[in-house]
Amino acid sequence: MMVEMRDLRKTFGAAAALDGLSLSVGKGEFLALLGPSGSGKTTLLRVLAGLEFVSSGSIAIGGRPIQDVPARERQIGLVFQHYALFRHMTVARNVAFGLEVRPKRNRPSAAAIRDRVAELLEMMEIGDLGGRYPDQISGGQRQRVALARALAVEPALLLLDEPFGALDAKVRRNLRVWLRALHDRMGLTSIFVTHDQAEALDMADRVAILRAGRIEQVDTPDAVSRHPANDFVREFMR
Amino acid sequence: MPRSHPPRHPDADAPIAGPARPAQRRWDLAALRRRLAIGLALSAMAILLVLPLVLIFTEALSKGLDIALEALAEPEAWSAIRLTLTVAAIAVPINAICGTAAAWCIGRFEFPGRALLTTLIDLPFSVSPVISGLVWVLLFGANGYFGAWLDRHDVRIVFALPGLVLATMFVTFPFVARSLISLMREQGAAEEEAALTLGANGWQIFVRVTLPNIFWAMLYGVLLCNARAMGEFGAVAVVSGHIRGQTLTMPLYVEALFNDYEWIGAFSVAALLSMLALVTLALRMLLEWRIERDRSAGV
Ligand SMILES: Nc1ncnc2c1ncn2[C@@H]1O[C@H](COP(=O)(O)OP(=O)(O)O)[C@@H](O)[C@H]1O
Ligand SMILES: [Mg+2]
Repeated sequence: MMVEMRDLRKTFGAAAALDGLSLSVGKGEFLALLGPSGSGKTTLLRVLAGLEFVSSGSIAIGGRPIQDVPARERQIGLVFQHYALFRHMTVARNVAFGLEVRPKRNRPSAAAIRDRVAELLEMMEIGDLGGRYPDQISGGQRQRVALARALAVEPALLLLDEPFGALDAKVRRNLRVWLRALHDRMGLTSIFVTHDQAEALDMADRVAILRAGRIEQVDTPDAVSRHPANDFVREFMR
Repeated sequence: MPRSHPPRHPDADAPIAGPARPAQRRWDLAALRRRLAIGLALSAMAILLVLPLVLIFTEALSKGLDIALEALAEPEAWSAIRLTLTVAAIAVPINAICGTAAAWCIGRFEFPGRALLTTLIDLPFSVSPVISGLVWVLLFGANGYFGAWLDRHDVRIVFALPGLVLATMFVTFPFVARSLISLMREQGAAEEEAALTLGANGWQIFVRVTLPNIFWAMLYGVLLCNARAMGEFGAVAVVSGHIRGQTLTMPLYVEALFNDYEWIGAFSVAALLSMLALVTLALRMLLEWRIERDRSAGV
């Protein structure tokens, strides 16, 4: 298993955002994390990325426990719900950021970084936007920039928090196909958060349904829609 | 006032159809009243704000430019100018750093007592400057808490440069912090978190992400901080000791000259301070325009 989460608990004050959550993700898998608003999806991704700390439970990535690994050393790519692009940097500088902040001994040369950025932008089909600023491009383009920025550092695990949430329906459908193809082509391991069940069923290898900080069911899209584990899942998948 | 039709928004009173004449006249009356109000406000502003400024310059130049410049070349005037610049050169950078750090804590983190701390930062604005000066005298003056100890070790704080710097720092502390807190709250921590997941360390995050995002607002705070630091009177008056040629900053020197009926000198130094205010005003407008642009560019 690539990612092993066991009995994760995270409380904010008295309320539990994660309430004994266990989940495994296989290498190369595209897992959709599906659940209503407030069910703890974002919290789970932030815990994985090291931006929040669990109250109890354990996380291992590639067999290595990561509780004590600081966020900056986890090598986990996180695409934020609202992109969180660096507003004062061009698209190219945004994408280069993760490479430019590396310590000197394993930082690629300036030329190598430039090539890598160009290659990534090309892959995201936004090759001509490198010189623009985030406020000069569309929502769908920002999404691709955020993805390119996260992928530039070759993360072991890619986390996407409702990446298409702010986009209109037509753009969403195109991006779905494109993102899934990208995942396969690059051999990524991805956790994709959404509250749209059609999107989850359409894209994922497996779907995990979350309610109030717990996993209700994890299975293939087919099995989840045919054999819902309980009424909540059945209701939610409709 | 009797009405023949329901009240309408004044802007809706465009001449369409029907009894156009009365509507037109009512509109004229409203416009007239508005113009009168604006005119009154502008005249009040001219009398209260512009007239004193004009008077300062006319008084300073009443005996000619040469005399005014001579007054500024006096050794005591030079000493006051140098002292004011020195105080500002120490107090403003320290406040810029501390204010940014305070704004960062308050703007980025939730912790118990955050609201209290936010209010506390404004304290120097709500207490009288005289008290802001008196505090230091009480602490470090000859009869103050640490007075005897300082005397034994031959350290002078009150009636010397350190006291002037402390009083100035206290009075001007809120400027930088205040200009940053709301902006940092608004921007949120998302960009910094993104930088963290991309492998940046704390210093890289600050220099590459945080600082560029707050740069213009910080400069704005520094500008206001500097203007006040150079112009402060009350707090420094208490800790200065009024030693001519040694502990008189420009505002204090103006008062000293004024009390000695040295009009030209007083107004010449005052004119210099006014020029600082005018430059500050111009830069301030420039920065406000820049910050507004940054704010609207948020993604
Ligand atoms: N920083 C926080 N402080 C307090 N409560 C929080 C915080 N972050 C999340 N929560 C709470 O945790 C629960 C799960 O939130 P979240 O993970 O954002 O859900 P989702 O992403 O599925 O909509 C919600 O009840 C939310 O109010
Ligand atoms: Mg969320």
